[in-house]
Formats: sequence, structure tokens, C-alpha cells
Amino acid sequence: MYVAVKGGEAAIANAHALLADRRRGDRSVPALRLDQIMEQLGLAVDRAMGEGSLYDRELAALALVQARGDLIEAIFLVRAYRTTLPRFGYSLPIDTGAMLIERRISATFKDLPGGQMLGPTFDYTHRLLDAAIVDGEVPAPVMREAEEAQAPRVTDLLGRQGLMEPDGETDPARAVGDLTREPLDFPLDRDLRLQALARGDEGFLLALGYSTQRGYGRSHPFVGEIRIGEVAVEFDVPELGFAVSLGRIRVTECQMVNQFKGSAKVPPQFTRGYGLVFGQAERKAMAMSLVDRALRAKEFGEDVVAPAQDEEFVISHSDNVQATGFVEHLKLPHYVDFQAELDLIRRMRAEHEAAAMQEAAE
Amino acid sequence: MNATAQYNFAYLDEQTKRMIRRAILKAIAIPGYQVPFSSREMPMPYGWGTGGVQVTASIIGPDDVLKVIDQGADDTTNAVSIRAFFAKVAQVATTTHTGEATIIQTRHRIPERALGPGQTLVYQVPIPEPLRFLEPRETETRKMHALEEYGLMHVKLYEDIARHGRIATTYAYPVKVEGRYVMDPSPTPKFDNPKMHMSEALQLFGAGREHRIYAVPPHTEVVSLDFEDHPFAIQHFEEPCALCGAEQVYLDEVILDDAGGHMYVCSDTDNCETRRAAGHVGALGVREAAE
Repeated sequence: MYVAVKGGEAAIANAHALLADRRRGDRSVPALRLDQIMEQLGLAVDRAMGEGSLYDRELAALALVQARGDLIEAIFLVRAYRTTLPRFGYSLPIDTGAMLIERRISATFKDLPGGQMLGPTFDYTHRLLDAAIVDGEVPAPVMREAEEAQAPRVTDLLGRQGLMEPDGETDPARAVGDLTREPLDFPLDRDLRLQALARGDEGFLLALGYSTQRGYGRSHPFVGEIRIGEVAVEFDVPELGFAVSLGRIRVTECQMVNQFKGSAKVPPQFTRGYGLVFGQAERKAMAMSLVDRALRAKEFGEDVVAPAQDEEFVISHSDNVQATGFVEHLKLPHYVDFQAELDLIRRMRAEHEAAAMQEAAE
Repeated sequence: MNATAQYNFAYLDEQTKRMIRRAILKAIAIPGYQVPFSSREMPMPYGWGTGGVQVTASIIGPDDVLKVIDQGADDTTNAVSIRAFFAKVAQVATTTHTGEATIIQTRHRIPERALGPGQTLVYQVPIPEPLRFLEPRETETRKMHALEEYGLMHVKLYEDIARHGRIATTYAYPVKVEGRYVMDPSPTPKFDNPKMHMSEALQLFGAGREHRIYAVPPHTEVVSLDFEDHPFAIQHFEEPCALCGAEQVYLDEVILDDAGGHMYVCSDTDNCETRRAAGHVGALGVREAAE
């Protein structure tokens, strides 16, 4: 006798045991250590930190192993941990102008104060599989002396001549928007939008950014600057009356410079698209800055005609933890609803058949 | 990394619970109105009941008795998973008996047995906005609710009648709550809609991914939308439950072979088991419940 799906509890326990087994794989192969992942799969760790919105390389590495290398699953693990952490307050804005730079390039100027530095990039590698890296020796890299002089941001250089829209003044009394503490309420202010984009799915933002380059919300972008390096995080302690340093984090910043013809009130000048991501995540930062600029369409009186310009569309669908959950929930049982549809379609077919027979009889 | 093992009672921190309780109180004060709340990431995926889990986590206390059902059954995998979650993080007593539970978290069904005062039914909601598939924009649907502009919904139902001869919505059938807000009852079959009307239990709805909570307080009017000449009607099954012989209950169709053989069994497993224990036997049932 068939009895409707029973034994869920045992099935779940067994599935988890099998998952643990498959995750570990062949026991004769040494288990991965977290330091190996942090050191050798650093960009995957960075992505899990960035989209997980939690700067902790060790936890991100743990999430990656636990997720068997599934990045979105790892991001989900990090997020579910992050959300349980108490909120002490908000740090001061980081100063990317004072970054300890490892990579810094500009596509708009051949040379500029602070210079161009390629840093650890794939850009000019030939994508040839190289079996030698598996156990080959890697020579130490050539390091330059740390420079005292800061590298000013390209947007600031342009801004001094009035060619770039200003960053805009923020009211110091205004509380920082926080999408993890307040439900999103469209339309959003730019701070919330940038927060959502910073934790948004790299693939989704990449595709949207790409679409703006192919004519769906064109914004004539130039990479004003990409810089990767470490910045200090400072926290204002009210009891002390001054800010204390909490440490350094590695970030990637992209400033996209976009055309703007000006309006009745504003003379022609360049406009900004901004991307800032934890770790080394250049593709994500670039895509983010393209989408940020596209989403500012209304601000500049541009027609909102393309998906990338549509705030509700972009922000409602950019979170991969939400997206994967809802897409994958379709595999949960739906047989109650399906039964209702089955019943309806059978009744409608019966009526259809009866009508056809009656027609034939007449 | 010992910190990862430390979680508060019922997983959520107390501040978050307070925030959610405030949203719930507001929702109870304005029946059927969708209250935005700052939904948290939960350790289960969005779309798998995070809204319901957050609501339950915020209202549950050590003395509560929890029942979790999915598709009417206590033993579907996701119901098992959520029940195990609360047994672990809140150490509460759990039950499969509808009558014994103080909190029942559900996906897609309302138990057949009428709920009583003091019981709370927590629904898991995927898309809280009943107007969403008519108007995808939140900014627009918010206005429509504010202006009580529900014509679009009636047009949709009317178009159903024009096209199919009947209202072709079989689940997530829209209701009007206390004469004001049109509300999505979550994807329960319309069979369950009448149970919401004047229920003695508190009904809470949580949509985690969509950041919304809404409520139907006890003794509240819940009316399924319809037309005078096409009154609302629930599904009827031609045969009773094959195991317990119950009629006037929602049934699942179980396929028995590849030649069209099938049987109908109770979707509400607790109701079915209780009836069988009381001696009711259906056409294909046996005296003692086969486990």
C-alpha cells in the first residue's frame, strides 16, 4: 500500500551524510586547509566576502570548502552568519585616495600623478593552460619601494577643472542608509543603491553593464581609474572623541567617467559611475560602476528605456542569495496547488469535449 | 571560530525579534495591509519559508508547541527541516497534532480541523502582493492599495470568466480583508479560503525575500473576491480519501501505476491519521495505519 511521502526525517539525515562524504571526496587525498584556500584561491575568497558582505577571509574560505566550491552557496553561508552579528556602529568613510596601492590604471590619461601600475593582473597573460604551475617553483616578484606621495584620484584631478560633476555634499546629520536594517523602499537614494550593487551578483551586474555597452541605456563610459589596494578602516568612538583605526581592508574601486551634454542648469561635464568591492574584484567593480551610472538616468533627465536603467528591476533582482532561493524553491513540493490546477484543467477539458460532441451531434 | 556556534534562543537576536514583533503588531492593527520589515538572511534559502521562520522565531517562547506542515503534511522534507530547526535553536516541543499546537507554521495549506483561540497560524508567503502579476512595480501597487483601487483585479477575474467560463484562479485566490485590503492568502488552494473567515486563531503571514509581514486577527472578515453571477466556489472532489474515507477535505492525487491508476488521499496527514485511529477506513485503507 502506498502511503503519501513518508520518512522525510531519515531521508534528510541520509542526504546530509552523503553530502558530507561527497564534499570530502577521496579520503586518500589530503583535506584542504583554509590557509591553502585563502592563499591560492584568493579571488574566490574575495567574491564570497564581497557578495557575502562580510570582510573575513578565513570565514569566506571555510564557506567555500563547506560549499564544495559553489560560490553562491558560499556567499549564502557567509550572509547567514553575518546577519547574526551585532551592529556596533558605522565606520567613517574609507579614504581610497590614501590607499596603499597595488594596482592602479587609468584608461583616460597616458600618465598621471602616481603613475600607472599593472599589479597582479590577468590582463596581458596569454590564456594558455600551464601544467607547470601545479608543482613548479614560483620566483619571488619584483617589488618597488613604497612611495610616500599619494596617487590622487583621477576624478579629483578632473574635478579641479570643473570637468567632472562634484561628489556631492552629504548632510553629516543624515543617517547612513542600511539595506540590512531597513526594508528597501523604492525609489532608493544612491547610498542604498550602491550598497545593493556592492553585494549584487557579479554575473548579473556584468550582463547588465554589458547591455549598456551594446546600446541598452548607453552612457559612453571611460575607465577613469581602477585602483586595488589596502585602506584603513576607522571608527569614531564617542567616548574618546576621536576616530580609532580598526585595521586595513583590501578593496577594488572603479570610477567610470561618462559623457553628459549638460542641461539648462548644469554646463556640459563628465558624470560618474562608481564601483567599490571588497578584495580584488575588478570585473565586479567595473560592472557595478556601469550599472550605477545607468541607474542615475533620472537624475540627469535621461530617458529610462533600458533594463539597466530601471532601478526597481535591477535592485530587486541583483541579490543572488534571494534569486537562487526563489528559483530553487520550485523543487519543493507544490502538489497541493498542482492538484488545484489539475482539477481545473480536467473540468475545462470535459466541458470542451462535451461542447464538441454537441456540435458534432447538431 | 567558536563564535559561529553561539546563537540566541530561536536563532534571531532580540533586537531583530523586537523589530519583527513591531511589524506584526502593526499588521494586526491593519488587517490585510502589507507591513515592510527588515528581513534577515536565514540559514535556509529565500523562498523556502524564511518569512514564516522569522515570524515564528519572533513569537515563539519556551512553552510553545510547534507544528510545521508543508502541503498539509508534517512529513514533507521542508516541514521536517523547519521543525528540526526550531527544535534545535529553541528547544521547543513539537507536535504533528493540530489540536495540540500553539503555533502552526504552514506552506500551502490550512489544517482541516478548525483552529481555536490561542492558536497562531504562520503562513510562508512567496509573493505577498496580490496585484503583483497585474502590475510588477511595487511603487505602483503601493498606490493602488492606498487608493483602494482594485478594479484591475476584478477585470482579471472577469477576463477569466469571459475566456474560460469561470474564474480560473485555483490557488492564491485573492481575498478582501475586513472590507478594506485585498490580500494574497499565500498559495493555498482556494478550498482553504473559507477557513480564514472569522477564524478564532491569529493568522500571520511572512514573506522573507519580499520583506513583508501581514496579518488577519481572530474574528476578522475574509471574503474571496467574486461576482454576483459567478459566486466564489471551492473545489469538490468526486471521491473520498482512499485511506480514511473523509469527504469535504482537500485531497492529493497519488499516481499508482503508468496506466492511469490513481487514488486520492488526504492532504492533511494529521487529519487522516486521526480519523484512521478513530476507526474510519477508506476504500483502499487498512485497519491499522501503515507507517
